[in-house]
Amino acid sequence: MQVLDDLWIRIAVWFRGLLESFLPPWAVQLTMDVLGILLLIVLGIVVVLAFTYMERKVIARVGDRIGPNRAGPFGIFQAIADAIKMLTKEDVTPTNADRWLFLAAPIVVIIPAVLLYAVLPFGRGMVGVDLNIAVVFVVAMGGIPILTMLMAGWASNNKYALLGAFRTVAQLISYEVPMVVALLTVVLLAGTMSTVGIVEAQASFPFALVTPVAFVVYMLAGLAELNRTPFDLLEADSEIVAGYFIEYSGMKFAMFFLAEYINLFMVAGMITTLFLAGWQWPILPSWLWFLIKVVVVIFLMMWIRATFPRFRIDQMLGFAWKALVPVSLVNLFLVALVAKVLEPGWARTGVLFVSNLALLAGAIAIMAQVARKREERARAAGEAAIKRYYGSEVR
Amino acid sequence: MLKTETITINMGPQHPSTHGVFRMVLTLNGETIVDLKPMFGYLHRGLEKTSESRTYLQAVPFTDRLDYICSMSNNFAYAVAVEKLAGIEVPLRAEYIRVIMAELTRLVNHMLAVGFLFNDLGAWYTPVVYAFRERERILDLFEMASGSRMMCNYIRPGGVAADLPAEFLPQLRKMIPHLENFVREIRFYLSDNEIFKARAVGVGFLPADMAVAYSITGPVLRASGVKYDVRKAEPYSIYDQFEFDVPTQVAGDVYARYLQRLDEMDESLKILRQAVERIPDGEYATKVPSRLRPPKGEAYARIEAPKGELGFYLVSDGSPNPYRWRNRPPSLINLSALREMCLGHKVADVVTILGSIDITLADVDR
Amino acid sequence: MTNEEILSKLKEAFPDVAIQVQTEETKDFTLIVPAERLVEVATHLRDHLGFDYLSDVTSVDYPDRFEVVYHLFSMKRGGGVLTLKVHLPDKEHPEVDSVTPIWPGANYQEREVYDLMGISFRNHPDLRRIMLWDGFPGHPLRKDFENRLYTYKELEPTRPKPPNW
Repeated sequence: MQVLDDLWIRIAVWFRGLLESFLPPWAVQLTMDVLGILLLIVLGIVVVLAFTYMERKVIARVGDRIGPNRAGPFGIFQAIADAIKMLTKEDVTPTNADRWLFLAAPIVVIIPAVLLYAVLPFGRGMVGVDLNIAVVFVVAMGGIPILTMLMAGWASNNKYALLGAFRTVAQLISYEVPMVVALLTVVLLAGTMSTVGIVEAQASFPFALVTPVAFVVYMLAGLAELNRTPFDLLEADSEIVAGYFIEYSGMKFAMFFLAEYINLFMVAGMITTLFLAGWQWPILPSWLWFLIKVVVVIFLMMWIRATFPRFRIDQMLGFAWKALVPVSLVNLFLVALVAKVLEPGWARTGVLFVSNLALLAGAIAIMAQVARKREERARAAGEAAIKRYYGSEVR
Repeated sequence: MLKTETITINMGPQHPSTHGVFRMVLTLNGETIVDLKPMFGYLHRGLEKTSESRTYLQAVPFTDRLDYICSMSNNFAYAVAVEKLAGIEVPLRAEYIRVIMAELTRLVNHMLAVGFLFNDLGAWYTPVVYAFRERERILDLFEMASGSRMMCNYIRPGGVAADLPAEFLPQLRKMIPHLENFVREIRFYLSDNEIFKARAVGVGFLPADMAVAYSITGPVLRASGVKYDVRKAEPYSIYDQFEFDVPTQVAGDVYARYLQRLDEMDESLKILRQAVERIPDGEYATKVPSRLRPPKGEAYARIEAPKGELGFYLVSDGSPNPYRWRNRPPSLINLSALREMCLGHKVADVVTILGSIDITLADVDR
Repeated sequence: MTNEEILSKLKEAFPDVAIQVQTEETKDFTLIVPAERLVEVATHLRDHLGFDYLSDVTSVDYPDRFEVVYHLFSMKRGGGVLTLKVHLPDKEHPEVDSVTPIWPGANYQEREVYDLMGISFRNHPDLRRIMLWDGFPGHPLRKDFENRLYTYKELEPTRPKPPNW
């Protein structure tokens, strides 16, 4: 078991030993770093291949379809066929586009996505860099795509793209706030900003149990950051066709696509790390646990995508500012208070869990009340119109 | 110095959610609609003119292509008009077959309307695929009876093109509980979705008095609370022999139109149940000469098609070709109030409202 | 309300208007109204006789006249059709008052009549061609329209070009 758990680390140590036998120490370090970076980038691309296939299959099964089944057994080479198609397609730059920005956007979008992998703990001792401010790094890198999407939308010289870019800025900036507050809650509980430290702090209880509110808020904000249903209105195909990347084709489109799925893995990985105890949990090797949890989280996101309609822009912003931000702020105070008063353990977890559920129930009740009010208003307007039409006559 | 400008967007003619080649010129203030101008004609095939140089029977296939989702209803309306013009009696069995086909068409149309409404809302094809699955089974029945799945050309002046095959009615009997279950499922899974409600309740409000003034018909009208259904108001064929209600809603918004369609599907199934039980044996058509020469005159006949009131105005000069062949398309006229429904809403709502009106561009442009 | 009642009430309200009943060659109850009094009669029909629903506006090209045909129903009452007709003997410049101010639902249908039959409507809020493009030669539903295959070369110059399309 121990062997399996340390598998990748053992391989790395063995490889380093191999290199040390004929290279000077600085060269060994350099080679190992470059290899690590390459490995992460390759991992990113493999992840995209795997998850596009998974996404298609999941959505197809939810929709009572079969999904890809032609390219290879069970269609597993569908993603590769798609990649080949995408890379061989004509590369179009629209007339009057801002050429350099248009070219730069797909390149810039992929860099922060890959950079984020550096702080993700894939298993026990398997982390690119154990930054002590990893959480801040994640938030900072997560802000860059906003700029990229604005670049892409503006440079395309297309009104749909511009609308998509407007929406992007409004949505992503709004959802950064509850996301950061949820992150703060976790940091408060863990007492550290290092991702490795946060995972280790969840040895007894995953934070999803300790503070479900932060988990839900982070999950929703993560969906919004990823532009996935129900917050996919940046690229809403039924409204603004494809949003900011409407004019991109071929390779450049593939870059956006790549970034989207790399980010998907990243956000799922962060959720796993922050709330689902990362690579911890017994019996299975740590990296397998991490992978399983990530896949479960991603499956959840795909399930949501396959079944939910999307919000409207004003509702989505309203949801961020009127629901998520207050709820997560209240939760932050709550957690700060309880964490100050009670020592870590069953009592603290229990108190936090129950109070969090109460908070969640309260928030949902208020939202349901608002929805009911709106329904009543719509009904009243309809009734008034019917009365106007029929007058005093009996229906 | 900050200044704001409105944007003009051409939504369509190639747009995933305009349900065909339909163009809307939107003037936007940010995301809010300031003005909306619908543009038509991208699918104009001149069916009215073409029919003037065909015989009355040759024009039946054109009606299939008006609203290609409900070809049976279009055939039905045209057949009723020609029969009114020429004074043709239709055997009872043919009337029953027509009612069965018309109600099945209504089911097909409403399930697709509901499915595509969710598509427009961004539900990633899932509801629409389930709708298509059920539609396929109904199309199987159509194929069994007429030999074609979409362009049925089945209901002709004088009756129907051929008698029902022996296995049709047993299969339909089996289908009815299945379809009832399908409607129940849709209600269960979709009606209470909070995001759907947030997007649909209060959106695209069409007041009852305005709906009447704008000649809106069909589910859109009834969702605004006006109890008007041609099947009850001026019964044609044998609709006066069936027991069914005309459901109405109150709110007149997108959500009400969605509920209205589900309610109408229930009523259609009610009619189907009665029709399957009572259908008599006998002739399936009166003999009508292929070069039918109706007496000089004119007639306007209408039926309650799934999308609204479908009318045909025929003028005969005694020759085998119609002198004037006019079709009153429900889709085009239901679009009259689109601008009023959309003003002040967001871009995303335009798509939803258009989806809730449920148009077919072939029916709009003809 | 029977057809006779409608007719007598209309005659009562408009003693000076020559309202004819078309008896032969029609299956429906048909009234022929002089073109210049159409709006008055239509308003009266809507406000006092309950014909709140204009189902269909269309037109027919007869050798000696154009006819604009309105099919009216009552949504409150239900029941059959009242066909309202206007004869336009002027074959060169047929023109009639628009009923769009009375029934806004007539908007697109009158535009269609304008487009395909070439009948103008006074006081129409937005009288443009609807199915065909501005500049299309002729009005297809007229009987003198040459019904043949039009080539691309022939029609392309008539099409509006960007940015005005």
